[in-house]
Amino acid sequence: MEAATLVADARPEIVVRGIRERPTGWTSWLTTTDHKRIGLLYLFTTFVFFILGGVEALLMRLQLAQPNSTLLEPKTYNELVTMHGTTMVFLFVVPVLAGFGNYLVPLMIGARDMAFPRLNALSYWLFLGGGLVFYASVFFTPPSAGWTSYAPLSDNAFLPDNGIDAWIFLIHLTGISSLLGAINFTATIHNMRARGMSWGRMPVFVWTILVYSYLLILALPAVAAAVTMLLTDRHFGTAFFDNTGGGDPLLWQHLFWFFGHPEVYIMALPAFGMISEILPVFARKPLFGYKAVVASAAAITFLSMLVWAHHMFPTPTATVVLAFFMLSSFAIAVPTGIKIFNWLATLWRGTIVMKTPLFFAAGFLSMFVIGGISGVVLAIFPVDWYFNDTYFVVAHIHYVLFGGSVFAIFAGLYYWFPKMSGRMLSEGLGRLSFLLMFVGFNLTFLVQHSLGLEGMPRRIYRYPDYSNWPALNLISTVGAFVLGVGVLVTVVNVLISMRSGTRAGNDPWQANTLEWFTQSPPPENNFDVVPRVRSVEPMKDIRRDVARRAGRAAETVSQPVTTGAT
Amino acid sequence: MLGALALLLIAAPSAFADFFTPENKGGSRNADDIQTLFVIAMIIGGVIFAGVEGVLVYSLIRFRRRRGGPEPAQIRGNTPLEMGWTVGAAVIVAILAVITFAFLGGITTPERSLPSGATAGNALQVASIDQASVPGGHSLEIHVNGQQYLWRYDYPAVRGQQVFGYYDMYVPVGTTVTLKITSSDVAHSWWIPKLGGKADAIPGHTNSTWFRINRPGIYTGECAELCGEGHADMRARVIAVPPAQFQAWLVRQAADIKDAQAKLSLARQIRGEGNP
Repeated sequence: MEAATLVADARPEIVVRGIRERPTGWTSWLTTTDHKRIGLLYLFTTFVFFILGGVEALLMRLQLAQPNSTLLEPKTYNELVTMHGTTMVFLFVVPVLAGFGNYLVPLMIGARDMAFPRLNALSYWLFLGGGLVFYASVFFTPPSAGWTSYAPLSDNAFLPDNGIDAWIFLIHLTGISSLLGAINFTATIHNMRARGMSWGRMPVFVWTILVYSYLLILALPAVAAAVTMLLTDRHFGTAFFDNTGGGDPLLWQHLFWFFGHPEVYIMALPAFGMISEILPVFARKPLFGYKAVVASAAAITFLSMLVWAHHMFPTPTATVVLAFFMLSSFAIAVPTGIKIFNWLATLWRGTIVMKTPLFFAAGFLSMFVIGGISGVVLAIFPVDWYFNDTYFVVAHIHYVLFGGSVFAIFAGLYYWFPKMSGRMLSEGLGRLSFLLMFVGFNLTFLVQHSLGLEGMPRRIYRYPDYSNWPALNLISTVGAFVLGVGVLVTVVNVLISMRSGTRAGNDPWQANTLEWFTQSPPPENNFDVVPRVRSVEPMKDIRRDVARRAGRAAETVSQPVTTGAT
Repeated sequence: MLGALALLLIAAPSAFADFFTPENKGGSRNADDIQTLFVIAMIIGGVIFAGVEGVLVYSLIRFRRRRGGPEPAQIRGNTPLEMGWTVGAAVIVAILAVITFAFLGGITTPERSLPSGATAGNALQVASIDQASVPGGHSLEIHVNGQQYLWRYDYPAVRGQQVFGYYDMYVPVGTTVTLKITSSDVAHSWWIPKLGGKADAIPGHTNSTWFRINRPGIYTGECAELCGEGHADMRARVIAVPPAQFQAWLVRQAADIKDAQAKLSLARQIRGEGNP
């Protein structure tokens, strides 16, 4: 019949001079420009780095389990500090969000791919290259100046071995990767949205990937310049950060944190976006205050460029400058608070469906609040004079980045895995993983607030048998292993479910956004027909349409559980 | 996991007791003020924490999906409510800023020395003990230099004789001590928790802090900025002694240094290296 139709309405012939044979098997992954495959490559690679960074963390926790430990050499410990921080920031949280963004943004806006598919592939391979050169240093001398690589310690006068150079290389490669990715995201989001998807109808996750991209474009050049200056200081005789040559070590801190603080929000904003997508679906209720949530993301983006020196409160700096950075850091608490209140209001009077993504999202909310409050406490600069560089700060960043971003990433994994694989993750293993991670995380990091209060500095490879330090450190170590087991349960869950999970279908969660319109996993072209978008929840409209045409009440389609009987 | 929970339950009360009443009081007033400021911030933060977690847990329990329950109202927002919590959040941080500025003077401005504190005179001639930065009183200035991996203290107030020490900093009680802090290699951070906040020691910069200890005692601390392999072992002690004892220490230390320098130059003369 197909052939008959073709013959019937003859059209001008399209001449194909030759079709390149499509690579299959593993080569198809090397040559792919499909945003979904690149997204999966990102997700897989970043999770490998996440496990590596986690093992490094566990080694440190083992070392700190008891006072005056001799398990690790001090140099090895400093290397682990550096590898762990660098891995988690540059090779896990930032690129895993790029992975989710890659996979989801075109689907959510009804596009068939990213604006520049080949550039997209280049982004991934540069990122992988950065990770590989960095980890290659394990076979030589890994860097040991911390993920912040403060000058002059990172200068070749003090660390002449090549670890720092591998670190610089990593910053450059992942930096270029992120810049290209960011340009790609902005071009895609600005130009390729489905018909009817005005700015006010764009999913919040897409909004946050957009501001994440702008922030990357604004912040990355500062660190790229800084590490280039460090490189020339180390090898070509310049003295940008060397006071004996007329430079200034504080310049490094300013340049690094001018990037470093926006980086924190680069790692947090898309996580906020994920939470803003997940909570409404599982509360069966629209996001409360869409405009406020989006506006606060934009406000955070702007303010995050103005708070960098709150990492430098104990440096010799004029009080008026310290006061400015305290007030700007306070200011950023307002839009962050708005988000938290809006999420709570989204849950309020919903009918909350208790599934694993919701558990992780609720876990995110409960712990991110702690990180936010301790952040405001740390912004009070006289108080920071006490807490700076103690375990209180370690606890704070982990409540923001792990309790915050990583729990959101896990919520996202459980939520979007059915779309990516076509199969559901096991609910039982998911809940077990959440429970272990939640308990383990709080066990590890809650007590670190107390350690900071008792004056334990961070980044020390051993500590004396003083006060409560041994007991609190032991609790923290036990918690870290519980947390590790929790992560492992999810890994097992993914491996099992990829093969034998229940079939998901197109829209297993009765969700709101366009990615659920297509098949799971989506075909290479994503959509045969891109529906016209009429609201911020296009899938809700589509389900209602389908139900109306089928002559049934909308609720019976979108809400399989509700019956009319009350 | 049960073991871990049990551990937490055993250790938590002690940990939380410290959390709210830190034991790092009683050294110097600036440290005490920082603690007070922290406790105020924690009380405000604690109220917000309790509120948010309370609403979250209540929602998760109360608004669970139940079979046969009604479809939730599709509420998309509430402008007065949202304006309300935006203003509320801004007011809270504004209050926090006001409280901070109220405490700031007490933390950054050195106190006067007590009348019983060390004064000029006595065995060694201690000059320039009065500093412009300390209102009305006299004080003792000590120069702190961070080096991988120890702290050096110079007492420039002692005239005509070099007095310095490492690791242990001797100070007289009741006397305001001002520190001028720098580093001669990488960045370090000076911190004795009971004696106030941190001051980073950055090469090429001079940082400053102060303390006044009222009771004799030993106050410990360690470097708080990753400075290399020996970072964890870069410890420091401040030993507060009565003024008379401090004077005696100065004399002894000055004599010891003079003696050591004489021996050193003698040794060099013997080896024909000349004076340093």
